Amino acid sequence: MRILRALHRRYWDDERRGELDAYLAEETADNLARGMTPDAARTAAHRKLGSVTRIREEIYEMNSLGFLETLWQDLRYGARVLRRNPTFALVTILTLALGTGANTAIFQLIEAVNLRTLPVSHPDQLLELKILNAKHGRMGSFNGSRPNFSNLVWERIQADQRVFSGVLAWTTTQWDLAPAGESRPVQGLYVSGGYFSTLGVAARVGRVFTAADDRPGCGTPGAVISDAFWQREYGGDPSAVGRSIVLDGRAVDIIGVTPASFFGTQVGRSFDVAMPLCADAVFSPRPRLKRPDFWFLGVFGRLKPGVNREQAAAQLRTISAGIFRDTTPANYDPSTARDYQTFEIGTLPASTGFSSLRANYADSLGVLLALTGIVLLIACANLANLMLARATAREREIAVRLAIGASRPRIIRQMVSESLLIAGLGAAAGLLAAQWFSRALVSFLDSDSTRVFVDVELNAKAFGFAAVVAAAAALAFGLVPAIRATRTSPNTAIKASSRSVTDSRERFGLRRLLVVAQVALSLMMVIGALLFVRSLWKLTHVDPGFRTDGVLVASVDYRKAGIPEPARGAFERQIVERLRALPGVTGAARASDAPLAGNSWNQHVVVGGAEQQTNVNFNSVTPGYFDVLRTPLVAGRDFDDHDTPESPLVAVVTESFARSFFPHGAVGQTFQIVEDVGVARPPIRVVGVVKDSKYGDLREPFTPLAVMDGAQDKEFDGSSDVVIRATTGLTAVSAAATRALLELNGSIVVRYQSMASIVAATLVRDRLMATLSGFFGALAVLIAAIGLYGVMAYTVARRKVEIGIRMALGADRRAVVGMIVREALVLLAAGAAVGLAAAIPGAHLASALLYGLQPADVPTLAASLTLLAFITTAASCIPAWRASRVAPTVALRED
Amino acid sequence: MPKRGTPAIQGDMLQGTLDVLVLKTLALGPAHGHTIAHAIEHRSEDVLQVEHGSLYPALHRLEDRGWIASFWGTSENNRRARYYRLTPKGRQQLDAQTTRWDELVRAVNRILRPASE
Repeated sequence: MRILRALHRRYWDDERRGELDAYLAEETADNLARGMTPDAARTAAHRKLGSVTRIREEIYEMNSLGFLETLWQDLRYGARVLRRNPTFALVTILTLALGTGANTAIFQLIEAVNLRTLPVSHPDQLLELKILNAKHGRMGSFNGSRPNFSNLVWERIQADQRVFSGVLAWTTTQWDLAPAGESRPVQGLYVSGGYFSTLGVAARVGRVFTAADDRPGCGTPGAVISDAFWQREYGGDPSAVGRSIVLDGRAVDIIGVTPASFFGTQVGRSFDVAMPLCADAVFSPRPRLKRPDFWFLGVFGRLKPGVNREQAAAQLRTISAGIFRDTTPANYDPSTARDYQTFEIGTLPASTGFSSLRANYADSLGVLLALTGIVLLIACANLANLMLARATAREREIAVRLAIGASRPRIIRQMVSESLLIAGLGAAAGLLAAQWFSRALVSFLDSDSTRVFVDVELNAKAFGFAAVVAAAAALAFGLVPAIRATRTSPNTAIKASSRSVTDSRERFGLRRLLVVAQVALSLMMVIGALLFVRSLWKLTHVDPGFRTDGVLVASVDYRKAGIPEPARGAFERQIVERLRALPGVTGAARASDAPLAGNSWNQHVVVGGAEQQTNVNFNSVTPGYFDVLRTPLVAGRDFDDHDTPESPLVAVVTESFARSFFPHGAVGQTFQIVEDVGVARPPIRVVGVVKDSKYGDLREPFTPLAVMDGAQDKEFDGSSDVVIRATTGLTAVSAAATRALLELNGSIVVRYQSMASIVAATLVRDRLMATLSGFFGALAVLIAAIGLYGVMAYTVARRKVEIGIRMALGADRRAVVGMIVREALVLLAAGAAVGLAAAIPGAHLASALLYGLQPADVPTLAASLTLLAFITTAASCIPAWRASRVAPTVALRED
Repeated sequence: MPKRGTPAIQGDMLQGTLDVLVLKTLALGPAHGHTIAHAIEHRSEDVLQVEHGSLYPALHRLEDRGWIASFWGTSENNRRARYYRLTPKGRQQLDAQTTRWDELVRAVNRILRPASE
């Protein structure tokens, strides 16, 4: 209503004027009737009504959006002020843009990864199923991004559960589009028949899977592709449905396309192609659908209406015992089997899906949000300082305005509007920067081995966040200066402003306090940054037990080559020989698992007839492997030509293995691998001992590792990793290798990774933390240095007269410089004390992200203090030097 | 003229009272500002002195809230005047405020004249 009237103010004013005229006419008429003279009647009527203008003003005021209007005026005034000080405007807006931009970007990422629900219908009804007590008792192979269940357990859950209206299982995989040569991987999903119907996701074109598509022995019943893949590969052509796609050399018909918003059940990973779970039997050389110890499925359920999570959990508990009793793997030893049969299926809320990003980066993103928050605080402290300085400069103007009757709230409002304008512009710029910044963050997390997909489009939440941050910032740096500036009584302000030998120390105290806060906060930032940088440095200088430089890993897939199993051993030897013969290549060897690449093979061993409880990692390599990776042999020998599939099994073990099981010398000793009941456990003779090397993660300590001789392998699944040491560029080597492999067989598909990039991929998080905290730390120090410089310059300007007098009385320059620098050092010391006190508990919170460092690492603290002291002292030296150049006469005359 | 011994209440009229008086006056039938002002004074036997100037902002406010509606009409003296009438929403408001007023009066009376209860 009010807004409508505000738009028609003139009309309403006319209406009311007419009305008031009518009143006057009536009242005058009444008065005349009472016998007054016309003049007296009119005057009496006017007296009765009061001032017409005042009434109209009152009504006019009611029709105006008073606050908004003055705000608009204030903003226009603020804009004029900013235009007059372009440098000030630019610096403040840029500072805020950086502060709010970084905060918003990180918030956006947190929101996308942690808070956003899956783009499916009623995500709040979804639960994820998980074995609650699976610490012990789960052995075998783990595969896919959510290896919660084996297929046998999944089938039983599907058959036995009564609390869900639908259940689904999924696992991630990768297929290859390339017919031969260098690989073109697509992100794959194996899903159960009820996957899409349970999620409530309908096809955009064609159809999605139903239970009928997912039956044992289904073959390749069809593929559902994602919208992104459809756009990328088929340009969004609807006729793509019905065409076939070749995955790992097998043609599969495309039956449908999912909606653009749907990316699967895993936040942070999108899928290209989905196939029914039963198709795994065709693609996977090992029959993992039938294996009770192959853990590769994630399972979700949608609660039936009227069933709550507790009821669901209770029912799952009751069916757990039967399921795990019936699916106990035959090869489990009695104690593992006992643990297995105590397993209980529980539930987790799954409305936001599952995300390995969440698990890996939640802490990091939290710490980063705190760090960027501190940067913003420092920026605000700096701006508050600037505003205080300006308010002081405008003291006289404000005093005059107060004296002639401007209300204090009005002046405060005007000054706050100015900071609001700055904050608004800063946040708007920050919001734009945030888009760029969060995309950069996502691509930082994205590597060849882990493709990351996060939708960080600008959304209402991010916008709201930026707006709140801007408003808080504006209040933080605008309100206090405004309140203080209007507190002085006009009288003293006008009197004091002309000749100010005595400064209002109190106001200045606040500015010092702000500098102390800035120093404290930036010390925290520097300590944080140095901790992360040192942690990364330590990680990159960890000796993994092998050399990464000059090593290329070629993953060769020859499953389409049609080599029969008995001939595969010879074929793989040929592959290695071809690659070894390439120009620039000094060595090549086959390995079942390249170190740190994410695959693992571990088993229990039998030593001296007793099964050992220590977990042992395994690998299988051909002769020359240790040489390619430069892992030194400390005892015994490497594998050689005497080891054949027919000769007794041999192994090379690491020093940890030797220490654990053969403290009196490992070479010549034998051990066995725990196998299924009834399966032979041939003795394995240790022929050599090598230095320890990292297996799955750079951070973990060295664990026992047994390396089998790949030349004795009897099973070949049609793919293998070959490590190659080259003296020339890895790109040139990979091109030559592809040619050589295609000459050997025209249907080989190969993928290359440098060993260095495999290791780098395991350090993405550490590199992220080090880079960003380093950047923000530098920014914080810079802003704090500017702040200190500003305050010291201001001190000098204010004390020019005093300094002039001191010098006139014979103080020398050194004394003056010393005086100023001492003051800066006091501020620095106070800030450093507060900063140290806050940084140490802060670092404890982040200690999980650090490697090989105590949170209160003394060298780090010392280095941070030194750096900050150096920079802030430098910032205060310029004003001090300037102060010492003041000619006494000039200083005295100036004021 | 105010009666002797009962001074006119003016200016410090209870907050919001003017609004309900206007509504009550309009409940008797449409009226223009001049009539409303005089009617309030007359019906209160001149105890309540409406500041005529403050009546118009009040009318404007009530109209803005949709409690009264206005139209141009012709006065008893054949002049064009802006008339007001009560809207259904205004009538509800009047009922509610009358009840509240009664409660207030009873409450104040209980304090001032405990014996009479």
